[in-house]
This record gives sequence, C-alpha cells and structure tokens, in this order.
Amino acid sequence: MKKPKVAFFDFSCCEGCQLQVANFGEGLLDILNLIEVVEFREVMSEKWEGDFDVAIVEGSITTPHGVERIKKIRDRSKVLIAYGSCATIGGINGMKNKFDLDEIKEYVYKDGAKYFETIPTRPVHQVVKVDYFVHGCPVYQPEFVKVLKCALQGIPYTVPDHSVCVECKLNENECMYDKGLTCLGPVTRAGCNSWCINNGNICYGCRGMVSNPAKNGQMDILEKHNIPLDWVVNKIDMYNKPRELEETETNGKKR
Amino acid sequence: MARNVKVNVEYLTRVEGHGNIVVNVKEGKLEECRLDIVESPRFFEGMLRGRSIFEAQHITSRICGICACGHTLASIQAAEDAIGFIPSEQTTMLRKLLLHQENLDSHILHIYLLVAPDLLGVKSFVPLIDTHNKVVRRALRMKKSCNDVCDILVGRHVHPISAIVGGFTKLPREKDLDAMMDILVSMRADMDATVELCKTLKFPQFERETEYVGLVSDDDEYPMLIGDVGSTDGKRMDKHEYRKITNEFVMPHSSAKHAKWNRESYMVGALARVNLNYKKLHPKAKAVADFLGLHKICYNSFLNTAAQLVECIHSLEESIAILEYFKNHGVKHEEALVVGLNEKKTIPVKAGNGVGAVEVPRGLLFHNYEVDDDGKIVNANCIIPTSQNVNSIEHDMKKLVPQILEKSDEEITLMMEMLVRAYDPCISCSAHFLDVKFVNR
Repeated sequence: MKKPKVAFFDFSCCEGCQLQVANFGEGLLDILNLIEVVEFREVMSEKWEGDFDVAIVEGSITTPHGVERIKKIRDRSKVLIAYGSCATIGGINGMKNKFDLDEIKEYVYKDGAKYFETIPTRPVHQVVKVDYFVHGCPVYQPEFVKVLKCALQGIPYTVPDHSVCVECKLNENECMYDKGLTCLGPVTRAGCNSWCINNGNICYGCRGMVSNPAKNGQMDILEKHNIPLDWVVNKIDMYNKPRELEETETNGKKR
Repeated sequence: MARNVKVNVEYLTRVEGHGNIVVNVKEGKLEECRLDIVESPRFFEGMLRGRSIFEAQHITSRICGICACGHTLASIQAAEDAIGFIPSEQTTMLRKLLLHQENLDSHILHIYLLVAPDLLGVKSFVPLIDTHNKVVRRALRMKKSCNDVCDILVGRHVHPISAIVGGFTKLPREKDLDAMMDILVSMRADMDATVELCKTLKFPQFERETEYVGLVSDDDEYPMLIGDVGSTDGKRMDKHEYRKITNEFVMPHSSAKHAKWNRESYMVGALARVNLNYKKLHPKAKAVADFLGLHKICYNSFLNTAAQLVECIHSLEESIAILEYFKNHGVKHEEALVVGLNEKKTIPVKAGNGVGAVEVPRGLLFHNYEVDDDGKIVNANCIIPTSQNVNSIEHDMKKLVPQILEKSDEEITLMMEMLVRAYDPCISCSAHFLDVKFVNR
C-alpha cells in the first residue's frame, strides 16, 4: 500500500503541539511506517509541491497573509486536521480580541507597530473547512493517535461532548470547587483525561466548551460558592474568546 | 570579477518559528545582510494586562512549546518578585531540576534533530532513519526520557501543569523519585554515545570576537535559575536593571526586537554560559568541554551546539544529584499548594514590580510584571533570548559572507542556514524567521 502523504503546518502558535509528535519517542518510528511525512518545517527541510492526503494544521489565523496561506493549503489537501487549541478554538491568541488591535500593537511594538499587520484571531474552521479537530493546549497524544487513525481510514471521529468532570470523577480527584477554587471542568469538553486536575491544578477550558453546558447546575455551583459570573466568563475567555466571532459571523453554518 | 550574490531564504526550516535570511552582495561588496523575523506577532505582553498574576505562568508558558518550562520558571520568578513572595528551599530545588530537564530536552532536540542533519549532509532526520537508525532511535529515546521525567515532575513538558506561583500543586512521591532516577541513570549510556558522536562532527571554522552575556553568581553553582547578569566584558548588573542591558530597538524587517549592551551586539545561550561559567561545570561536563576546546573563551558561534552538549552532561548529572538529595532527605508534602487564582488569598499579594531572569536553553530570558494591589497585571514585558541574539546573528553573517564568497550559491545558503541554526533560534518566542534566495548569478 502506498503511504499517505502527510504534512504539518503552523500558523500563530507556540509549536508545542507539533513538538508533542517528537515526544512519542521511538514510537514515532512506528507511526512513520504508516505515513510519509512530506513537509514539517519545524524539523525537516524537505518541501512537497503536490497534494496532501492529510494536512495537520497547528495555530490560529491572525494575519491577512495567514488567511491566504490556509486557503492554499486547504486547496491542496484531501483531509485537514485542526491540531491544538490555537487551531480549533483560537486558544490563547484569542485574548487579543478583547483589545483594540491598534492599541495592543502599539503597546508591544511602540514605534515599530506600523510594520505589523494583524486581524482578530480566528480558529482554522472560521476560515476554511476542517475535517477533524484535535483539541487541547497542548493536544493529548492518545487522542491525536485516535484521530489520525480515523483520518487515515476515512472514518469520522467524534469529539467527546460531555464535561471534563466526567473524566475527573473517574480519576477520583477531589472537586476543585470543594477545595475553594474555580475550575472550568464543568463547562469544558472532555477528552484530556482531566490532565490538569490530576496534577493538582484547575481546568482552564483549553479544549473549548461543551455544546450544551448544564447551565442551571453550573449557576447553582457558582451561587453555592459565591463566585461571580463575570469572573468565570473572564476565565473562559482565556482560550475561548474567538467563539464570539462564530456566533456573530458564521451564524447558521454547521461546523 | 567582483560578483553579485543575492540570498533570500524564505521560511527557514529546522528552527522553531518563522524567519527569512536575506543576503545581498553587489559587485563583491556586501550591501545587505539580515535575518527577517516574520512570525506573526502574538502580543503576549499586551494580552496579559488585566489578567491575574496567578495566570501569568499559564499564559506565558504558551509563548513557546519548546521552552515552555523555561518561560514558566521566568514568569513565576517575576511574579513572586512582584508580590514579594519568597519560595521555599524545596521549591527552588525542584525548580532547578525542572530547568535542567528543560535544558537537556531542548539541547537533545537541537543537536540531533535540527543540527546533525546539516553535519551529515541530509535535509532532515528522516533519511537518517535508514542510514543511521541507531542514532535516530537514541535521539528519540533521550528526548522521550526528558519528557517522561517532566510528566512525573510537573504533569507534562509542553506546558507544565503543577509549577505555579508559590510552588507546586503536586509533589513527587517516593515512587516518583525512583522512577525519575531510573530514567536519568539509564540515560547515561546514551549520553556517552552522544558525546562520542559529537566528537566526530566537524563544525565550520569561524570567529568573531564579541560579548557573551548570562547569569553570574558568587557561589560554586553553575547559575541557571538565580543570579546577576554578567558579561565577558567584565560588566555585572542586578536583574532589575535588565533594560539597561538589553537596550532593545525595533528594526523594520523583524517582529523581534534587537538588543545590544557594551558592544555592537552580544550573544546569549549555551556558548555564552560556558564562556562565562566554565569553571562551575560538573567535572564530567568540564572534561568534554576541554576536549571540544571550550575551556577558554570561544568566539565561534557554530560551537554553540558543542556547548549545548557540554550542558547536557552537566544538566543530567545535576538532575541526578538533586534527586539523590530528595531520596535521602524526603519531600515535604505539606508544601503542596491549592491556589487556583488565589481565590482564598492563600498567598498574600501586594502591588509591586518584579523581574525574572532565568537561563533557558537558548539563553537569558527576562520576564517583568507590574501588578496592582489586587494582583492584576498592569504592565508586562518579556525579553526573549532569540531577540537578544538576532543582532549577533546578523553581525556574524556580515563577517562570514565576505569570507565565503568563492563558494557556490547553494553552499553560501547552507552556511547561512547553519549559522542561524547554531544559535538554536526560537522564533515563536521572539515573535518568526528565515528565507534565502539567489539572484543575479
């Protein structure tokens, strides 16, 4: 069987999700037996001029140049995987959307601000069609393997749409609310095996929100622990701010 | 006949982030030589404003996936300095362990996956899977070992979970110490093999005398986490005066700011650290430094990769020493923290201005936060090693190009790329990077 041609691309991101690939260790060689990686700028100088069976895209779209580039990649790819929170929900880059873009540019680059173009942060699916989503900051490797298998076989992958709390309970963690902290587990998509809470930290909502959060239940929790709603919304905005663009601009289109 | 050379490398590969190299020689005279940083700016410093100081580490870790632990540690140091929190001795030791793992992990990635292909004449590690299978396996195994240690210590290497302002949310149990120790002790054999491999690699000959900058201290420890900022020109300053050291300026072609201190440019990173603190290296690391000619000040930027190897040995041995300490003295588990965003005011907060200065794999990293009485960030500034090095890279290019004009376009391009890669630039950090094109030949 001819190996499918796979390429990695990055937009605005920290490249940490791509690095997760190198962190497979020798297991990476098993993966490379199944696929042919034809482009991966972070670790390879090889370039490929043809089409891609699978394009794995990390990062958010934050420049006009990025918009054009992702459209070209989409045109050359049979399957496109949005890889990591920056690509799937905008992630950390989205925090800039709450600022006036000229103001934030000047704050960081002062007189040099005029040299940089920037547009509101968007996840990939707000610009081109995405076939698979691997959420997480960073991606959870076991889930990436699952998605890659599905993509190579051409079968769908369904992202879990229940909350992180489900996994957290199975891991027998003490609830962060009972410890007096505010945690985004109740409204965040599962699939990470409650990675952060297992390590004593709270959930920051990096996988995006569940489509149908238990609003009343969550409001009860906030009331019980005397936590203001805007405090929670501010936390959700750390990763999920670009969702607002979706609500206003792509209203009606199915993801 | 005087020749024209135009190098224009777009999207330099095997570096972290996006950059282009531009070289323009007209009738034998160098007209232009620069490293364009083309990474999309991400405005971290701007976005931090209004966030809780207890979120700073979580956010700034995401500046870079390769040096996530380094950013975490610099961020925490700046935050604690700002609010006046003094970490416990145990916390400081565990942070040092984390920093050593970061250094080791990043250097291994750079030496094997990013630099070695150039020295072995291939485009990436992929062809090496067939020709040098054992070497590739070793590289991936060592990379994974560092990763596994970080998994145990802080939940994961890419964006560590449990290292926060105040200390750690989870502390290693005895079985965790044993597991980390096993991994690191068994890495020694691979490290020996790495040293043997590196002894056979030939680095390009090149020298440019410049200033090397890094942490310095008065004790015997090779300073990575704590110290003043010093230079091979004999200058020394408190970290709080970092702006007087970096003197940043913006160049139109680059979203990374440029830096200079006492000369036209300075270099940070493994070579700078070994040049400054060779005497404090672990004896095993020192022996390898001696073999590689790093026992006296070295002005060849290509040897930054050799200095990284020396530091790998140092970081491995120091990590094992720290683990031995904890195995002998135990871990105080009562120090584990429940903080979140400090909802319960577990950690006292006051308004202040704090600086973190930490040696991360690519060199000295500064984070600076100003916070108000509620612990909200009012102002933030991060100065990344690669930003400090870009100016030095460009000065190296300006000296190197005239020396290699007799070479072919391809060779010149490769040398330029190798030079830039030797610095192990992290362009995501500094903001994007390299493209070389030849015209008129």
